[in-house]
Amino acid sequence: MATQQELDDLKARELDAMCVNESELKHPWYYNLKYAVVGVVFGIVFIKAEIISWFRIQEMFRFQSFHMYGVIGTAVIVGAISVFLIKKLGIKTIHGEKITFADKEFNKGNIYGGLMFGFGWAITGACPGPLFAQLGSGVLSISIVILSAIAGTWTYGWLRDKLPH
Amino acid sequence: MELLTHPWPWYTAGLIIGLIVPALLILGNKHFGISSNLRHICAACFPADIKFFKYDWKKEIWNFYFVGGIMLGGFIAAFYLNSGDPIQVNPKLVEELATYNITDFSQIVPVQLFNFESLFTLKGFIMMVVGGFLVGFGTRWAGGCTSGHAIMGLSNLQWPSLVATICFMIGGIIMANFILPYILNL
Repeated sequence: MATQQELDDLKARELDAMCVNESELKHPWYYNLKYAVVGVVFGIVFIKAEIISWFRIQEMFRFQSFHMYGVIGTAVIVGAISVFLIKKLGIKTIHGEKITFADKEFNKGNIYGGLMFGFGWAITGACPGPLFAQLGSGVLSISIVILSAIAGTWTYGWLRDKLPH
Repeated sequence: MELLTHPWPWYTAGLIIGLIVPALLILGNKHFGISSNLRHICAACFPADIKFFKYDWKKEIWNFYFVGGIMLGGFIAAFYLNSGDPIQVNPKLVEELATYNITDFSQIVPVQLFNFESLFTLKGFIMMVVGGFLVGFGTRWAGGCTSGHAIMGLSNLQWPSLVATICFMIGGIIMANFILPYILNL
């Protein structure tokens, strides 16, 4: 049985639908290394396909290159087919757990926050994932951008009740 | 090796990124998303009694391993799989950027804009501090970023994610074409 604390916890995390990953399994810490391996592959693709290049992002927003549209479009198609197959075939995780999907609820933040992130994306040339890969690739000044992004997230949490949703 | 060190075409990159969605789901029912990390960092380090940050962030710890991996991947690609050639971009962009004195294409970001010294100039402050702040605030308000909304959300056919993705693009197009030129001229 879930305790009240756990339920409150889940509710707090559900404010942000994509970050609820409840699991009943208790694994030792090194089980998490498999996610690090996926991260390494992702980081390499980021750099090698130049998706995290400030220059490529500028090209994309100026419609001067197909590259980024091709990457995102292909990723969405492959992702959508995968999700469809997982649902259709009832595929389970490697630990035998059911794979669950949460529906996203629309709120006005999708629009206001979306536009705001768009502004930031065009300035910094990076979304949150690429920031970490840029730092890893040796551009140390990106640590400032990451710290500022954390500050932005914190400020959002602080002002959350006053913002339209 | 040749194949690995040269820039990869869009279809290879798109295929691998798309496959990250089922990989995370099958490895442990994890939904692809990165900006939540920024929230977990706040929850872990400075919750400050704010409701939005009061939750058991340790349950999301896989996400820290995931970004840790991304950083390591960035390091491996930059230091061991690098062809050493500057990035090839549209000549029109090269021409435009030259008017703002951006001529160094050796790194993945223009090092003439992103460096510790320029942090104390108005332009550098806007590019790094204001830009980063907008990314952090905007992604959380929108409930996700390019990975959570544009890739995971669209893969799961969520229409709010489509709205968010369109807004990301509109925001970016307005900024890059109509506002950024003034910032770069500072």
